[in-house]
Amino acid sequence: MKPADTLRFAMRAATGYPLRTFLMVLAMSIGVAAVVVLTALGDGARRYVVNEFSSLGSNLVIVLPGRSETGGFNPANAVTSTPRDLTVEDGQALTRASAVLRIAPITIGTSEAVFNGKLRDVTIVGTTADYLKLRRMDLAQGRFLPAGEPNAAVAVIGATIQRELFGAGSAIGKVLRIGDRRVRVIGVLGSTGQGLGMNADEVVILPVAVAQAMFDTNTLFRVLVEAKGRALIEQAKGQVADILKVRHDGEEDVTVITQDAVLATFDRILGTLTYGVAGIAAISLAVAGILVMNVMLVAVTQRTGEIGLLKALGAEGAAIRNAFLAEAALLSAAGAVAGYLLGQAGAFALRTAVRVLPAYPPDWAVAAALGTALVTGLLFGVMPANRAARLDPVQALMKH
Amino acid sequence: MSLIELSGIERIFKLGDSEVHALAQLDLAIGAGEYVAVMGQSGSGKSTLLNLLGLLDRPDAGTYRFEGRDVTTLSADEQARVRRERIGFVFQSFHLVPRLTAAENVALPLMLAGIEPAERGRRVDKALQDFGLANRADHRPDQLSGGQRQRVAIARATIMEPAVLLADEPTGNLDRATGEEVIRLLEGLNAGGVTLIMVTHDAALGARAGRRVVMQDGRKVEDGR
Ligand SMILES: Nc1ncnc2c1ncn2[C@@H]1O[C@H](COP(=O)(O)OP(=O)(O)OP(=O)(O)O)[C@@H](O)[C@H]1O
Ligand SMILES: [Mg+2]
Repeated sequence: MKPADTLRFAMRAATGYPLRTFLMVLAMSIGVAAVVVLTALGDGARRYVVNEFSSLGSNLVIVLPGRSETGGFNPANAVTSTPRDLTVEDGQALTRASAVLRIAPITIGTSEAVFNGKLRDVTIVGTTADYLKLRRMDLAQGRFLPAGEPNAAVAVIGATIQRELFGAGSAIGKVLRIGDRRVRVIGVLGSTGQGLGMNADEVVILPVAVAQAMFDTNTLFRVLVEAKGRALIEQAKGQVADILKVRHDGEEDVTVITQDAVLATFDRILGTLTYGVAGIAAISLAVAGILVMNVMLVAVTQRTGEIGLLKALGAEGAAIRNAFLAEAALLSAAGAVAGYLLGQAGAFALRTAVRVLPAYPPDWAVAAALGTALVTGLLFGVMPANRAARLDPVQALMKH
Repeated sequence: MSLIELSGIERIFKLGDSEVHALAQLDLAIGAGEYVAVMGQSGSGKSTLLNLLGLLDRPDAGTYRFEGRDVTTLSADEQARVRRERIGFVFQSFHLVPRLTAAENVALPLMLAGIEPAERGRRVDKALQDFGLANRADHRPDQLSGGQRQRVAIARATIMEPAVLLADEPTGNLDRATGEEVIRLLEGLNAGGVTLIMVTHDAALGARAGRRVVMQDGRKVEDGR
């Protein structure tokens, strides 16, 4: 029997029992669709978090005052007390490191901004000219903080501040009162709409010395360091730690973390989650496989007379086995394709419902789901097919 | 040399403790082109004999030579090949595949033999023409009358131009007139040279055969022309 004939024969058999075929394709497709949708969800969550962190800027090394006990990334670092000041001069010294491209010191606090009688709580970020490039931010209007003028009474404001305090009019050149100081607005940030932690649209950026004076502090909240390249991140981290150790009289009283490390942690946790979810969904594929076996066993029983006839007509055992295997494979393949489409539709629905979630199923999951469907279908088809091939023709012919 | 030579054939079915001698000490030689009616009471071993002749079953003892070759020792696949190329079956209950059309049913043996679709189509068309089924080619079995179904089955049994046709009560499910039609068809094929071995209960039908083999309790009790 030619392969094409085997396939056609199996196809006719599958379409000859539409309800049975429909149910089996449905079971298989639900399994595949579950894998596709759930991994899309898991991987979407992973990508969302990774993207959020990446939007902080790339090749980033972050310096925090205070020594982290664990050495690794620890959210508690964000609130540790400060044993020794991390100063603007410390930050400036880091630009000497060969692997460092640029740095930006950061002081953070909250205050009130007043313009024309309108008042608003704002987050103050005190930094330097390089902050804009380092954070990959854009300006909507005007210019950013001037370089080398840490005491200039100027401000760059976020898009929300511009809208709420200045309305449709331009803020550029206007004088804004922040706390008890007056600053001239020289630039407006482009709207970003998102950002982990703080909303970049609601900040007022001041020169670092102005902000430090405002909050009466000498220490920095962070120093952001951008390495010259992805490959140089570790080197930059080492250089930064060394420089600060020397400057702090040999004491390692700062924590240097790389954004990569933070990212890698999230990446790993959420990646594992995706695998776990895929594993659970794969169970439904195994169930579908067992269903394939049962359905094929029923088919063999149902078609015993036909198998006897084929043997009487001179079909070899292999021909009959192949016909039933081909049928199982066809049903699984149809289920896999239907499930793939169903799953992609589900992922699309997810993306439509939750716009910020990039819920695309990872390629490995799609390949694994389709592969598993086909392999389980075939594997569980072997037993029924062998049973069909071994049937005694005389006995089989009597069943009609 | 005979087409079929059985010698010392035994076929024993074991049912728990008891044994049924479905065939016992059977010697039978059938020449090419003969028309043999196998008769006898129910349970006398007629179907068992036919299954054995058709290589669907193996004897417990004795030898079966088909076209001069000992076929009892062949492997299952080798026997399948002999069935495919040299033997045609006609059953009482037709045994058509319900989801396939008449043409597709007739084409089954050609498909199993791996013959090209174009060649298959030609031969099936001709067969359907010969058996008066040309306008029924695309009908499924449930859209055909009993007589038409059996004609499709006979077309299928003969499409490979076998040496021998084995028919187990081919008219058992048909009314008298239709049965007569089918018998004439089979006799026509026999006249064309095919060896015809037919199991029948009908004495009148048996009388038309060139040779009658009468079975009783698994033994051949009469063999005459
Ligand atoms: N698979 C089997 N297992 C056990 N006994 C069997 C089997 N097949 C046939 N027999 C027995 O062998 C004997 C011969 O059976 P067979 O079917 O050849 O009779 P038959 O002459 O064709 O009868 P009928 O005219 O009713 O078709 C019977 O006694 C039957 O019960
Ligand atoms: Mg019988």
